[in-house]
Amino acid sequence: MKKALLGTLMAATLGTAALPAAAATEIQWWHAFTGRLGDLLAEQIETFNASQEDFTVVGTHKGNYSETLNAGIAAFRAGEQPHLLMVFEVGTATMMSAAGAIKPVHEVMAEGGAPFDSDGFLAPVKGYYTTPEGDMLSLPYNSSTPVLYVNRDALEAAGLDPDMDLSTWEMVDGALDKVKAAGSDCPLTTAWQSWVHLENLSAYHDVEFATKENGFTALDTELSFNGPLQVAHVQAMGEWAKDGKFFYAGRRNEGGANFRAGECAFFTESSAGYAGVKAEAAFDFEIRPLPYWPAADGAPQNTIIGGSSLWALSGHEAKEYKGVAEFLSFLSSSDIQAKWHQDTGYLPITTAAYEQTKAEGFYEANPGTDIAILQMTAKPTTANSKGLRLGSFDQIRGIIDEELEAVWSGDKDAQAALDSAVERGNQLLRRFEQANK
Amino acid sequence: MEKRVTFRGWKLPLILILPQVLVTAVFFFWPAGQAIYQSAFIPDPFGLKSQFVGFGNFEYLFSDPYYLASFKTTAIFSILVTVVSMSVALWLALMADRIIKGSGTYRTFLIWPYAVAPAVAGVLWLFMFNPSVGIVAWSLDQIGYDWNHKLNGGQATWLVVLASSWGRISYNFLFFLAGLQAVPRSVIEAAAIDGAHFWRRFWTIVFPLLSPTTFFLLVVNIVYAFFETFGVIHTITSGGPQQSTTILVYKVFADGFVGQDLGSSAAQSVVLLVVVGLLTVIQFKFIERRVHY
Amino acid sequence: MSGMVEKSGKAVWLIHFGLIIGIAIVCFPIYLAFIASSVTQAELVRPPMPLLPGDQLVENYTRALFSGVNAPVWKMLLNSMIMALGIAIGKIVISLLSAFAIVYFKFPLRGVFFWLIFMTLMLPVEVRIVPTYEVIAGFGMLNSYSGLILPLVASATATFLFRQFYMTVPDELAEAARVDGASPMRFFMDILLPMSRTNIAALFVILFIYGWNQYLWPLLMTTDPDMNTIVMGIRQMFPSGDDLADWPVIMATALLAMLPPVLVVVLMQNLFIKGLVDTEK
Repeated sequence: MKKALLGTLMAATLGTAALPAAAATEIQWWHAFTGRLGDLLAEQIETFNASQEDFTVVGTHKGNYSETLNAGIAAFRAGEQPHLLMVFEVGTATMMSAAGAIKPVHEVMAEGGAPFDSDGFLAPVKGYYTTPEGDMLSLPYNSSTPVLYVNRDALEAAGLDPDMDLSTWEMVDGALDKVKAAGSDCPLTTAWQSWVHLENLSAYHDVEFATKENGFTALDTELSFNGPLQVAHVQAMGEWAKDGKFFYAGRRNEGGANFRAGECAFFTESSAGYAGVKAEAAFDFEIRPLPYWPAADGAPQNTIIGGSSLWALSGHEAKEYKGVAEFLSFLSSSDIQAKWHQDTGYLPITTAAYEQTKAEGFYEANPGTDIAILQMTAKPTTANSKGLRLGSFDQIRGIIDEELEAVWSGDKDAQAALDSAVERGNQLLRRFEQANK
Repeated sequence: MEKRVTFRGWKLPLILILPQVLVTAVFFFWPAGQAIYQSAFIPDPFGLKSQFVGFGNFEYLFSDPYYLASFKTTAIFSILVTVVSMSVALWLALMADRIIKGSGTYRTFLIWPYAVAPAVAGVLWLFMFNPSVGIVAWSLDQIGYDWNHKLNGGQATWLVVLASSWGRISYNFLFFLAGLQAVPRSVIEAAAIDGAHFWRRFWTIVFPLLSPTTFFLLVVNIVYAFFETFGVIHTITSGGPQQSTTILVYKVFADGFVGQDLGSSAAQSVVLLVVVGLLTVIQFKFIERRVHY
Repeated sequence: MSGMVEKSGKAVWLIHFGLIIGIAIVCFPIYLAFIASSVTQAELVRPPMPLLPGDQLVENYTRALFSGVNAPVWKMLLNSMIMALGIAIGKIVISLLSAFAIVYFKFPLRGVFFWLIFMTLMLPVEVRIVPTYEVIAGFGMLNSYSGLILPLVASATATFLFRQFYMTVPDELAEAARVDGASPMRFFMDILLPMSRTNIAALFVILFIYGWNQYLWPLLMTTDPDMNTIVMGIRQMFPSGDDLADWPVIMATALLAMLPPVLVVVLMQNLFIKGLVDTEK
């Protein structure tokens, strides 16, 4: 009996020792996606891993965008950083100032020798993440822009024509009145309030958000989003909140749950909300361009991108960076990009992917899904509509969120709230400037 | 205080005390010193460079209305938690003290909430008051009171106060009960024979005799509210809305780990160090003296 | 007992009634959590929630235990158990030794060490989190049990308790040991330790709860979801963004999170009370 046991034990040990010693190099990727987007991201990883044997990408969900960024920063301080970090667009300035912590993507691609054509990227998308000389610092992964989602059934129930013109905020206001009168608790809701109703508002109407071209040209930029146009818009929304025409669900995309459940008639949200809405909405919906205020000169200009890009962090071995380069090359290939764009509503980051999608007849079959691209590329960008490059912007957004919440709850009027946000935000900008001189 | 009889030798005691001293030096004094040192710098979030600013971080702090507001928030929060949890505990202890049969069972039922972590208590109360699914929030809506602690600062404060006090009731109850049971029966009976009814007896006899316990609990509860309620706030409100529930210790975390402003966070830690140091000195100098007579 | 003075039947029943109300108020949140963990998500999403238990108990608890959100709940329970036991036992062991050294020996720097240890009472870990995080990171102890345990072992409450207790031990015992030629460690192991049993047990209850319920420190230093403890892990189950909260699983996890400390308190009630009273003197 004992001998048999010993024999089995030896066989087991020898068996495990005979396992292949060479395992694929692991590439750690920290990201912020759950739900449908998380599933699609996992699918991309699986496809890559299955397509070759040298590298295994491991994706870890670290929380929402802010939590993922903070986790990456903390990990870097502790020497345990991943290879790739998904950083949302407002963290760009923070990442850009951390020269010792990042490995610019153009370097990774050049060293890794994987095919990569940075000219093939859509200009507004690329511009956010490149240096003035045109070197790409991070790879755009998911870029979107805000659009208006319309619950057609809710409009019909309120006696409105679902095909009605909704291109200006005045027209939307009229619709809100009718929807509210029909008994809805949530005529309008929004996601990412700062991004949609302040940052994009400013760009879309060619109005300054911060000095020095929204921070692109210098570190001593100052916030200036408390101008007349922005105050008027926030004031209007504050009145809607008071009248029950605007329902505030949360700072991020909490409103998505309400809209998908059919509770709300209108929803201003990223074009990438399309993935979730398509999967879950049990009602007839449609995508429309973001409304604007026609009284402003230059409106509608173009909207700016949101979403995130992938940054490679320094401190790893050349062998691992080769894997990173291959993975990034895989992600920007036309097939993968086209599929990602079609499944999620995020913009195709390369012109090739856009053309491929058009050629496949996708936009005819899914009306409204090309609105995001058209909205972003309709006019050449101005100094006010290239995007934002402000340090500590995640924290500044938190301040903006707080002040906006004061307006929704009726504690402050729009001018006071935006003035306060500008003042508090400027303090953070000065500290950021000081830390990065 | 000295022992009359001690053992000889000095090598053994040094070895015995070494583990504690090591752990204390490495995980207590070194980080505390670091906090003081770092409060004079503004580091960049990645830890790659830092700017020396001397007292700059402190100047920034004390000119920040939100930081000063945090002091006020902490004070109000601590007072509310202390008053709520101590009053309920006293009421329960007074009742439990008056019965003989079954007090053990009641005691069992009342003390176990002590074991519930503040963060878990936060989850329980959040569930009850959640604006969409919470049964208490729903009931309040039914009677016309709109509950949304995500937007309303006053409601948020009350919610975290309730969640924080709830677990504390057990602790205070035990001490009050012990204190009440130590009141000499003879004194009570004498007063009763003299014709004093319950409330009279309470205010003139019981309460004064209970005062050492009360003062002791006051300090302990305040320290609890300062620090251990972090879990409640992080779970329910994350310091909001509009920082109305951001107590000092929460701000240290929020500015350091979420806001990535490590200089400010270090400076705040130093301020807290001073505040807690003062509280501890008060506790030992004044309270201990009163308890031991 | 002041109850002896007025003993009308009505008054006594009123008091029992009042106590039962008090208990009901205190226990209500737990009761609700229990109900929530036994029904389906759909029944909770539209208030009012049912007030009687449902039939999904096994289903929900299994889901919680084996899938969780970032890490399965059983793993988090395990991590919490290791951390709590490590903190309780670690603190008790080093405190027994330190208190023994301080009380029963005269050695150079004794006063200095005594005050150094005393000062740790002044600062809970929340005040030194950022640099403690960096110290632990510097040792490479992030995401490890030792990293979870060691910084929380550093404070002196247990040392003071044992010191106080040793002070009350009659000198005759130590004298007898010296006369017998026994080494100090023999005295410690054969006489002092057995006498300290009740104190050790009482302290164990308090420290176990203290360790189990740690929140901020594990939150910061576990970046790997496998090392999450259950008390800090519950919050990660809350949806971020537009996901829907899985309330039954969250409530089930909350109940599982409070179960071990509550059991310890209830089963070791008398020791617990003694421990509380003693540590606060």
